[in-house]
Order: sequence, then C-alpha cells, then structure tokens
Amino acid sequence: MQKMIVGRLTRLVVTVLVVSFVTFVGVNVLPGDPVNALIPIDAQQDREFVEQIREEWGLNDPMVVRYGRWLGDAVQGDLGRSLVTGQPVTDEITHRLPITLELMAVAVGFSLLIAVPLGAFSGYREGRRSDRLVSGLAQAGLSLPVFVTGLILIYVFALRLQWFPAVGWNRLSDGLGPNLKSVALPALSLAVTEIAVYTRVLRSDMIATLKENYILSARAKGLTDRFVLFRHGLRPSLLTLVTVVGLNIGFLIGGSLVIEYLFAIPGLGKRLFSAIQQRDFMMVQAITVLITVFYVIVNTATDLVYMVVDPRIRRTN
Amino acid sequence: MAISQEPVDTSTPSESMEGSEILRVEDLHTSFFLPIGELQAVRGVSFTLKRGQSLGIVGESGSGKTVLARSIMGLTLAKHVEISGKAFFNGRDLLTLSRREMRSLWGTEIAMIFQDPMTSLNPMVKIGRQVIEHLRQHKNVDRREAKQIALDLLNEVRIPEAESRIDRLPHELSGGMRQRVSIASALACEPSLLFADEPTTALDVTVQHQILNLLSREQRQRNMTMVLVTHDLGVIAGRTDETLVMYAGKVVEQAPTAEIFDNTQHPYTEALMRSIPRTSQPSHTPLAAITGRPPVATHLPKGCAFSPRCPYVQPRCHEEDPSLVSIGTSEHKAACWYPVGSDANREAFERNLSDRLPQTLAVAEALDADQGSETSADVPDGELT
Ligand SMILES: Nc1ncnc2c1ncn2[C@@H]1O[C@H](COP(=O)(O)OP(=O)(O)OP(=O)(O)O)[C@@H](O)[C@H]1O
Ligand code: SF4
Ligand SMILES: [Mg+2]
Repeated sequence: MQKMIVGRLTRLVVTVLVVSFVTFVGVNVLPGDPVNALIPIDAQQDREFVEQIREEWGLNDPMVVRYGRWLGDAVQGDLGRSLVTGQPVTDEITHRLPITLELMAVAVGFSLLIAVPLGAFSGYREGRRSDRLVSGLAQAGLSLPVFVTGLILIYVFALRLQWFPAVGWNRLSDGLGPNLKSVALPALSLAVTEIAVYTRVLRSDMIATLKENYILSARAKGLTDRFVLFRHGLRPSLLTLVTVVGLNIGFLIGGSLVIEYLFAIPGLGKRLFSAIQQRDFMMVQAITVLITVFYVIVNTATDLVYMVVDPRIRRTN
Repeated sequence: MAISQEPVDTSTPSESMEGSEILRVEDLHTSFFLPIGELQAVRGVSFTLKRGQSLGIVGESGSGKTVLARSIMGLTLAKHVEISGKAFFNGRDLLTLSRREMRSLWGTEIAMIFQDPMTSLNPMVKIGRQVIEHLRQHKNVDRREAKQIALDLLNEVRIPEAESRIDRLPHELSGGMRQRVSIASALACEPSLLFADEPTTALDVTVQHQILNLLSREQRQRNMTMVLVTHDLGVIAGRTDETLVMYAGKVVEQAPTAEIFDNTQHPYTEALMRSIPRTSQPSHTPLAAITGRPPVATHLPKGCAFSPRCPYVQPRCHEEDPSLVSIGTSEHKAACWYPVGSDANREAFERNLSDRLPQTLAVAEALDADQGSETSADVPDGELT
C-alpha cells in the first residue's frame, strides 16, 4: 500500500513536470506574441514600451530560465498572474474549479446510475428484444457528438418546455435547487455518451460472466435471477467498466470544455478557451497542469476502486 | 463408512432401499439442435430411485451423463434443446414445472455439486456466504443464525478452523477444501435429492477418496438420495447401491452396484472395469484404454452404438440395436446380443480373434499382461475378471 502511494506520487511529479514543460514550450512557440495580451493595440507600436513590459514580465529570458522561474513559483503555490486581467491565476482557478468538478462528477454519477442496471439487464437478456433495444439506443448515443446532444437538450428542455435554464450557472451557495437546475442539462449532455459507453462495456462483460460455472451453481441453489445477477454476476463484471470510466475522464474533460462553452458556464473549460484565444499563457499553463494532476488522481482512484470491487486484490495488498 | 443410519432405517443399507420412491425417470430424451444437425445426447433413459438410495451413473466423456442430470434437474443447457419423457420427483413431473416452481425446488429439495470446485464457487464472494445464501433466501433465517449454520456445516464437512475460514475467498482454499465448501452449500437446505456431477474429477487421488467418503457419509446419515456421476467405475464401487452404465446417451447396463462388479454383462462395462486405476500399479501406469473413441452423437452408427469398438462385435450388432432387457435377475439389465460370460460371447471372441480384429487383439493382449501382475484393483468388493 505504502509502496503504491510512493510510486503514484513519483509518477504524479514526473508527469506534471513533463506536461508542464511541454505546455510551456508549446505555448511559447505558438504564433502570436504573449506581450500583445498585456498591452493595448495602439501601444504595441511603441517599441520602447513593449521592451519595458517584456523586461518587466521576464519575457526576454531564455525559455528554460523562464520555465525554471515558473516552476519555482508553482511549487510554492504561485501560478503567476493572468496576462490579461493581472489577477493571480490561483484565485481564478479556485473560483472556477468547483464548477467544472461538479459538472463532471454529476455527469459520471448519473451515467453510472443509469448504465449499471441497464448494462446488467441487457447482458442478462442477451439477444432478446429488450437487449437489442438497449444496444440500439447505446449505438445511437455513441454516435451523437456532445454539442449536438447539448443543443437538442437546450431546445427541448430549456426553450420548449422551459424546465431548465438554457445557459448560466447557479452556485451551490445560491441554493441546492437552482444549482441542480443549472447542472442538469449540461451534465446530461455529457452523460449521454458516457451512458452509452458504460452500458456496452458492462453488457459484454456481463454476458461473459453469466456463462461462468459459478453462475450456474448459484442458480442451481434456487436463488432468484435478480440475486444471481446483482450479487454474483455484477461484481466480476465491473472491472472493465472501472477501467473505462477512469480512461473516459480524459474524454469527459474535453467534452466539458465544449459544454461549458455551449451553456456559458463559468468553469475552467470556458476559461481555457478564452485564455488560448488571448494568448494568456500563464492561465493556459496553469489549467493544463491542473488537468494533468486531475488525470493522475483519477487514475489512482481507479486503482483504489479496483480494490473495492475485487476483494481478491484487497487481500493480496 | 459404516456410519449408523438415521433412526428410520435402523439396520442394514438394504433396508433403506425399501423406502418410498422419490425419483422416477421414464424414457428421457435430450437433443440439441445444432447447425450440423440433431445431437441426441440422451436417448431414452429410464430408472427409479427410492428415498435414501444412491445411484452411480458411469460412462466415458460425452456419454451424456451431465446432460441427463441437468435435464432431470431442469437446469438450462442451451438454447436449442428439446427434452422429452418424464421425470417424477415425489410424484410431480419435473419436466412440466415452470421455472418458478423449479426454483423453489432447487437448493431446497434438489441440490447439485459440480465437477470443478475451482470454477463453481464465485471467486469474489466469501465462502461462508456461498454456503448459506440460499438458506437465507429460502428459509428466512436471520444473519446470526445463518452464520452459525454455515459454521456447523463447514465443521461437518471437516474444514479445519472453520471459524477463521468462513470469511475467506475461494482462491484462499485448496481444491479439496473448496469442494468441501460446495458440499456444505449443497447440504445447507437439507435437500432430499443430491446430484454430484463428477465431484472429484478435478482433484488429487488422495483428496478424491476423502471427498467421496464424505459424500457417502452425509448421504447415509441424512438418508439423502444421491446420484453420483463419474467416468470411473472405481469411484462408485462400494459407495452406491445402484449403477447405471451409459454409452452414447443410452443405458447399456443397469444393476445393483455389487452385481455389476460380480457379474458384468455388457462388453462396455467390462471395458470400463479394465480401465479402473489400480492401487497395486505404480501411479501413472497407462490405463488399459478402450480402443477407439465414443461415437459423435450426431452420427451414431447403425445397430449397437458400441459396435465399432466392441471386441465381441458380430454382424448382427451392426444391424440391430439391442434393447435393455433383464438378464438373470430382474434387477440386472443389459443391452447386448452377446453378453459377457455367455457361450455366444466366448464364441464371438474366438471368431474375432482369428479374424484379427484390432480391438479384440488389444483385449487379448491386456489379458495376457494381467496374468503376470497382481490383480488387486482399487475396488473394495468388486472382482475383476
Ligand atoms: N450445451 C450443449 N450444446 C450442444 N451440445 C452439448 C451441450 N452440452 C452437451 N452437449 C453434447 O452432449 C453430449 C453429452 O455431453 P455430456 O456433457 O452429457 O457428457 P458427459 O457424459 O457428462 O461427459 P463428461 O465426462 O465430459 O462430462 C456430448 O456430445 C456433448 O458434446
Ligand atoms: S456384442 Fe454386439 S451388441 Fe453387444 S456390445 Fe458388442 S457390439 Fe454391442
Ligand atoms: Mg459431464
């Protein structure tokens, strides 16, 4: 256990170093001068002024030096200041991160809530009409791009039925009701693909599990089908699903960028978009590193979930 | 194995055979409809069992033993399967019951132990729970009571330190221990009929004996009816009351177990006798295998199904399929035109020997080899000829 944690931390550090450096280089070789983000257009012709600003922000130092400086500050919790607003990057992140996390957590939670019973049932009814229906729906769900799903949901539930707001965000501090209302459609947009993927993965593992001898012997004990399915069949069928949920977080991050943009949600994704457009590379750098850290954390969490699901792994650790 | 009987049956095992009829199977057929054609796995099997009796079903791999047991028990075998005939359990025809009705019998009245203890227990569920989960579902016992029952059962099947093992996972136990767990689980609801489908095939020889003895002991103590399926005649010797020898989906010989050993009638049974592993031989001595392979159940030969491999085969065998008829006593039945020990059989053997029929030569060779070595088989009360 201890060994695992140390290993994971090392991996986290190495990954963050590599990713932050690559991002740093990438942002710097992008066409467009970051200094342009700092000064108004009419002042950009003033060579001297530009040079002064460059000096001030340390933009004239070699890239490695600048990266070293950034890293030194970062380990002390200072991610620098936004080139556009001049505000500390960390302030803005702490403000926006909870929104994105909530969106993703609700999307994954909701997806699992739907996909686990659906996948299990569909696998149990393999080849029957209900299974074919579920598989067909999953196929359809998979082929819908996130922004299309989002647009459809906005049209039906926000514009037509007016059950939910079309855009914007109410924080949890504004009350649970309004908060849930604003998370519902964006999370559902993200969830559609996830539900489709999870359902298919669980279904195929379930089909394999139900052919196992121990399922036959459980049935021969006169246990009800539901008991056999959920108490004997489910657990051994969850391992691939856990892996896929972990891996899919990556796609989900991408999806939430789109969704935040579409629903005008003031999360990190939306900020990343504007930061890239504005060459606000401090902000881009910070958000990218954050995503990396998040990804590694999710991976570690996945391994912990394995232990919860499979008691054999727990025992040997 | 001389464990005292339940109060009902006070004296000899033969008296328990006087019990009431519990299972009567009549002309059972099971066919699979495969792309290559109809596969007749079971072709007209009939037998009766009385309460407390034990029956051994013996035959090579593919002879239809498992399909027979599962057909009776109503466990789904495959999608395209057709079962016909009758299987009365306490007077009710199991083949006409709904799934729900069957489920109420499974575990409580009829239990099954499967061949491979490595795969028939759920690897992710603690063994204690697997022993009593159906007890809790069928009989509404509370958690604490169920745990005590699980503990008692694990002790009963001689699992040492049951207290600490109850929360173990199957992979933390040896194969023999796992099969004991399966037995405990099968016994939990005190079924009146137990199918054990090759319960020891996957285990070491020494462990095999322990498990078989455990099964026999439980069967007698509980006055349970048991069907013991095996491909090894040595397994049932001295352990079951009745024996049914199956070949290609049919019963070829049927008699009280001792009678089968003392007075073998069918050439196939005789061949199986020769392939019983013997304790006197060093282990890993190749067994006297039966020449040839069992027929593929989709392409059965005309006439007697054993004819392509039989050392006594005569022209008639290729034409007419012998039916199962009483030989000597009414309790002993065999399906053969030239039963072992008859004059006709000896003549057939001599004729085939002079015709240099391969399977006949192989048998003659095995007999010669046997003459030299000690013929003490792993059979308590059986005699090998
Ligand atoms: N689900 C199934 N679908 C198609 N054919 C099957 C199925 N189950 C069994 N069979 C066929 O039925 C025949 C009898 O099989 P069965 O499993 O009863 O043999 P067995 O006597 O139990 O042999 P073993 O010692 O290998 O367990 C075989 O030819 C087998 O291939
Ligand atoms: S002697 Fe004929 S009928 Fe008897 S088993 Fe051999 S082939 Fe079949
Ligand atoms: Mg079998």
